[in-house]
Amino acid sequence: MTYLSDVVALTRKDLRVELRARDTLPAMLLFVLSSLVVFHFALPEEAGDEAAYGLLWVAIVFTALLGLTRAWVPEHEHGVLDGLVLAPCDRSAIWLGKTFATLAFLLAAQAVALPAFVLLFAPLDAAAVAGVLLADLGICAVGSLLAAMAAAGRARELLLPLLFLPLAIPLVVGGVGSAISSEPEQYLLFLALYDAVFAVLSWASFEYVVTE
Amino acid sequence: MIRARGLEKRYGRRRVLTGIDLDVENGSFLVVTGPNGSGKTTLLRLLAGLAAPTRGRLEVDVDRGRLGFLGHEPLVYRELTALENLDLYGRLYRVRERRERIGMLLERFGLWDERNERVGTYSRGMTQRLALCRTLLHDPELLVLDEPYSSLDEMGAAQLDRELGGLSHTRALVVSTHDPARLEPLATGRLALA
Repeated sequence: MTYLSDVVALTRKDLRVELRARDTLPAMLLFVLSSLVVFHFALPEEAGDEAAYGLLWVAIVFTALLGLTRAWVPEHEHGVLDGLVLAPCDRSAIWLGKTFATLAFLLAAQAVALPAFVLLFAPLDAAAVAGVLLADLGICAVGSLLAAMAAAGRARELLLPLLFLPLAIPLVVGGVGSAISSEPEQYLLFLALYDAVFAVLSWASFEYVVTE
Repeated sequence: MIRARGLEKRYGRRRVLTGIDLDVENGSFLVVTGPNGSGKTTLLRLLAGLAAPTRGRLEVDVDRGRLGFLGHEPLVYRELTALENLDLYGRLYRVRERRERIGMLLERFGLWDERNERVGTYSRGMTQRLALCRTLLHDPELLVLDEPYSSLDEMGAAQLDRELGGLSHTRALVVSTHDPARLEPLATGRLALA
């Protein structure tokens, strides 16, 4: 119960900070919408829906990356991470709180992006949406850990894509597969497995990322 | 409470601290002095567990939740109010009667009237007073304070004098300062870093 209440307190804090600062979510919304509009005009008319699903995933991954780049900025700008690390709570709660907050921002961006995609490109069935939701979990779990590693350095804008994009490739494969395959179940299963494995790894290794 | 032998810290090839031995017991008040770059902040971060020594042995016999650390940064969120920041730390530190304790500290450090304003609108002195409230919130057994008088006006400094005076016999304190004369009446030990 205590662990859960720590996670809730940390997530609520992140949402509150974003509500006040408005640094992350507006940028994510603007980016994902403008990307989809540009892709709409860039994609040849004869290109099928399959190409459009691929572009949706390009937009999703880079929108997530934008949010992740800023995820730990409030903690590092004022040394707050030291304060959180010193607190007697389980340090993985800090990671989980950040993961939930990042997930909330990504879901909010997708609440706008997915209807826009349907409007501009192609329909999304239940499997495609399930693929997006499952991939979101993986993106935020792995991304929050890698963003914490990258934020400690000076070149976080450079370092995070280098760390994150290779690990996001399986999520893109699973996400696109769940949208275009005639048997999306295997892709959804693959995404769920990825989420489980990488969430456990991130949860267990966060302590070593934030301590010397 | 703290026992260090042959403590050394390097950042790459740069040796920041070397050959530090110290003992701090409950009721001790260690004043750490030295010029800029002498390693005061590094030593205090080692004692707080925020950094690991490169060499030597360091034992700090205090639970993480019973340590109060004040660094150069206030360790508070600029977008949150003083009340929200302290409430977050109060929850994470499992402070009993959290609201009463927060209210009492904000009153004592003269921040009660500004409790609902964002920290980003505070002056440096007000932010430092809030950082002191955060440090004292969970009634720590061991206090590690890095230049706590920095940015404080006379009122804030006098309040800090009273707080440190009240804590000095029942807690262990390690305080770095550029004004050792101010802490002379309380000090039970001195460490001068070169």
